[in-house]
Amino acid sequence: MPATWIFLIVLALSATGYLLGRRRALVSAGGDSRHLHSLPAYYGSNAALLVSVPALLALVLWLFAQPMVIQNRVEHLVPETSYANEGELSLVMSDVRRIAEGLDLAVEQGAMTEAEATDIRVETTNIRDRLGAVGVALGSDVEAPILVAAKAWREMNATGNMIRTGVVLLIALAGFGLGMVRADKDFRARNSVEKVILALLILAASLAILTTVGIIASLLFNTIEFFKLYPALDFFFGLTWAPSFGGGSELGILPLLWGTLYISVIALAVAVPIGLFAAVYLSEYASSTVRSFAKPMIEVLAGIPTIVYGLFALLTVGPMLFQAFGPDGAGWMGGGRAVMTAGLVMGIMLIPFVSSLSDDIINAVPQAMRDGSLGLGATKSETVKQVVLPAALPGIVGAILLAASRAIGETMIVVLGAGAAARLSMNPFEAMTTVTAKIVSQLTGDADFASPEALVAFALGMTLFVITLCLNVFALWIVRKYREQYE
Amino acid sequence: MTDATASGAAPQKPASGSLLELDARTKRRNAAEARFKFYGMAAVGIGLLFLVLLLVSIVRNGVPAYTQTFISLPVELQAEKLDKNGNRDPEEIKKVSTFGYNPLIDQALFRVLEENGVESPFEKGADLRKMVSASAAAEIRDYVIANPEKIGETVSFRVLASSRVDGYLKGRVTREDLARDKNLDAEHLDIIDQLKEAGAVARTFNWSFILGADASESRPEQAGIGVSMLGSLFMMLVVLLLSLPIGVAASIYLEEFAPKNVWTDLIEVNISNLAAVPSIVFGILGLAVFIQFMHLPQSAPLVGGLVLTLMTLPTIIISTRASLKSVPPSIRDAALGVGASKMQSVFHHVLPLAMPGILTGTIIGLAQALGETAPLLLIGMVGYIASNYPDGVASGFLDPNSAMPAQIYEWAKRADPAYYERAWGGIIILLLFLMTMNIIAVILRRRFERRW
Repeated sequence: MPATWIFLIVLALSATGYLLGRRRALVSAGGDSRHLHSLPAYYGSNAALLVSVPALLALVLWLFAQPMVIQNRVEHLVPETSYANEGELSLVMSDVRRIAEGLDLAVEQGAMTEAEATDIRVETTNIRDRLGAVGVALGSDVEAPILVAAKAWREMNATGNMIRTGVVLLIALAGFGLGMVRADKDFRARNSVEKVILALLILAASLAILTTVGIIASLLFNTIEFFKLYPALDFFFGLTWAPSFGGGSELGILPLLWGTLYISVIALAVAVPIGLFAAVYLSEYASSTVRSFAKPMIEVLAGIPTIVYGLFALLTVGPMLFQAFGPDGAGWMGGGRAVMTAGLVMGIMLIPFVSSLSDDIINAVPQAMRDGSLGLGATKSETVKQVVLPAALPGIVGAILLAASRAIGETMIVVLGAGAAARLSMNPFEAMTTVTAKIVSQLTGDADFASPEALVAFALGMTLFVITLCLNVFALWIVRKYREQYE
Repeated sequence: MTDATASGAAPQKPASGSLLELDARTKRRNAAEARFKFYGMAAVGIGLLFLVLLLVSIVRNGVPAYTQTFISLPVELQAEKLDKNGNRDPEEIKKVSTFGYNPLIDQALFRVLEENGVESPFEKGADLRKMVSASAAAEIRDYVIANPEKIGETVSFRVLASSRVDGYLKGRVTREDLARDKNLDAEHLDIIDQLKEAGAVARTFNWSFILGADASESRPEQAGIGVSMLGSLFMMLVVLLLSLPIGVAASIYLEEFAPKNVWTDLIEVNISNLAAVPSIVFGILGLAVFIQFMHLPQSAPLVGGLVLTLMTLPTIIISTRASLKSVPPSIRDAALGVGASKMQSVFHHVLPLAMPGILTGTIIGLAQALGETAPLLLIGMVGYIASNYPDGVASGFLDPNSAMPAQIYEWAKRADPAYYERAWGGIIILLLFLMTMNIIAVILRRRFERRW
């Protein structure tokens, strides 16, 4: 039985449980709800939860576990001569799975009888053609041991599905029975329902931890895999980035890190002065009409998706800079894509980020400090420069660090605006590339995770994650520490 | 400035002169004040200027994508070419490929030229046909298959002009450009000019850009964003259905029930850090967990939605917690006082009161997710030509599709400059969606926000 059906049956059973549980509880109290411990709806909910939660949990676990168990057992059926390493094995296994699923599909569509599918043999049938007819495309002709494995897969899958149906429905029925037994006027239904709800709330809150664990695990395992194929020292200290899928690539991260830092520095050089001055002006000088107009307008810049900035860099800013600094102008630029293009546009993107964070922090400086300074005869700008900004400095540094972490992790602008060549150069008008841009180019459209050229993306991602995480933690720590100072 | 004088030195003599006359130091200080204020104004001005520049370049480059050049062609559907046996059997008509329709288009083109008295230097129909999109033959073929009874008659079609012709009428392609172009010659443009005079060539609003499907690299005139819009819609459904309940549940626990201990501290630090993790890292997570490990289908809106859910959850949790926090404790106390359990006080009283704030935060989170591109690149929503509408709800979630921002990126990457116009046009639609969502959020906040 397909999982959707099981799911629907469990839901239906759970709804029935609700109605019956409610009714039974009322009957046990002689139809007078005042004799019940909890409101009648809680008895129904109790039964419904007892049916659905364990059964659905079992179903989900089963859906994840079954393919893994089967994979493990079928792997032994594939002869060791047909693969050289882990990566090739995973390719062979995906072939096996595709054939098994194709056979299932063929039976389902009526292109093959069940008996035919069980007895199918390489010698008598061209499996590739038969499966192609039902829309399952195979890369190569099927070999006999692969077919044996695929058949074993199919068989185990069928058995597994049958057991799954039985187990899940049994659990649901057991829950139903328990719910019925418990639908009695003395049972504390509300307490037990609330316990379940609390558990669900905790589960939802823990998802954040799970996400982090998922990120770290997926980065870490693949990075370790990468370092098995490529020496870590060469990765961290290599000066050339020259991947070639034929082998013999040089994968040094330094040129990428250089490009990332260079672009981020230019972006911050644009965003920090503009953002900071704008924040000072808006919080200290501007009238409330100007403020209520200009602040949201600048913040619109923060709501614009990065793909828009990417296109802006590629098609507007790049050609504009090329006209000014290209061969027809100053002659420094070889093409529209350059560190300068990406840095400038990224700076625009970061302006609202810097300005609204600094604005908050400047506003948190107590008015008494300003009044004191003004009372001593300082002008407004002197007050800002010598009292407000020093007091707000830690917070502003935090804001700039957060902006820097944004700049380092930004992808679309550099993918479209910065170019693809990894270079260690000082010229800001040259095309360079970044860590994020290379993650994209090494991973898109590639399903084979066995080569160092693809796995390097995970090592790059790990580096990126660690750098931005450190920056964030440090920045948040500074901001929080500062906030406490005046609260 | 008020620098302290060195000790031991005689106190500075106060500056002599009238109070009505500014001395040099005051002038300097006032100038510094004025300068500082000017810097601030300039910074705000530059920020606004960038915004205007961005919007102008979006509108100026994007609006042309909404009109498209069509050529009116009276095509004679010759029976001897389309249906040799004359029995109007749809199966037999289908055997004529799009190549079989090209002569009909050539003939129709010659006829249009003749009717309008246009001189043509082209002898061969294939040369003349360069003015018409390659999709025209398919369009006529589809019509004939749907209406076999029309064979033998002359039917008037409005077919797409090729992208070069379209670009010429929009001012993107000039005669100089065509000198090195083998797809079109300057003579074609002369013909187009005359046909435009005669009214056979016209630019009209292009619905198929908004509703249509993506096209192959060589037919920019045919490409539309409709299918990827559907992809985005299905993704947003996944994000909404998962992130709203999970985000609200997590916030309720953290705000109302969580005891102060190491575990909840860990969760809180985690959430604020997750909000600042670069989006591409979520893409790597999606690739490794959902595709590599769980074998979910690549390029499917379901996977995109799952990744974007993980990305928007921190945003939603942070804003939900803020709005739960803003409900005053007296509400909770009153509920507890009349005998409600803690859970009842939260679900019956606090949550409904916090709902407007929660919805606002959710809409803003969704808007963020709608414009996000980087994680989608890694799970394969790019490089795929979204040319088919999904067949139903299940296929909408599971079949490969693109999403609006991914489609825009895809167009920006293509070599033909005609696609740049489409990319800008797509951005207009994307920004309209984002604007609508943000306006709804603002209205919700204004309308329902309660000050306690």
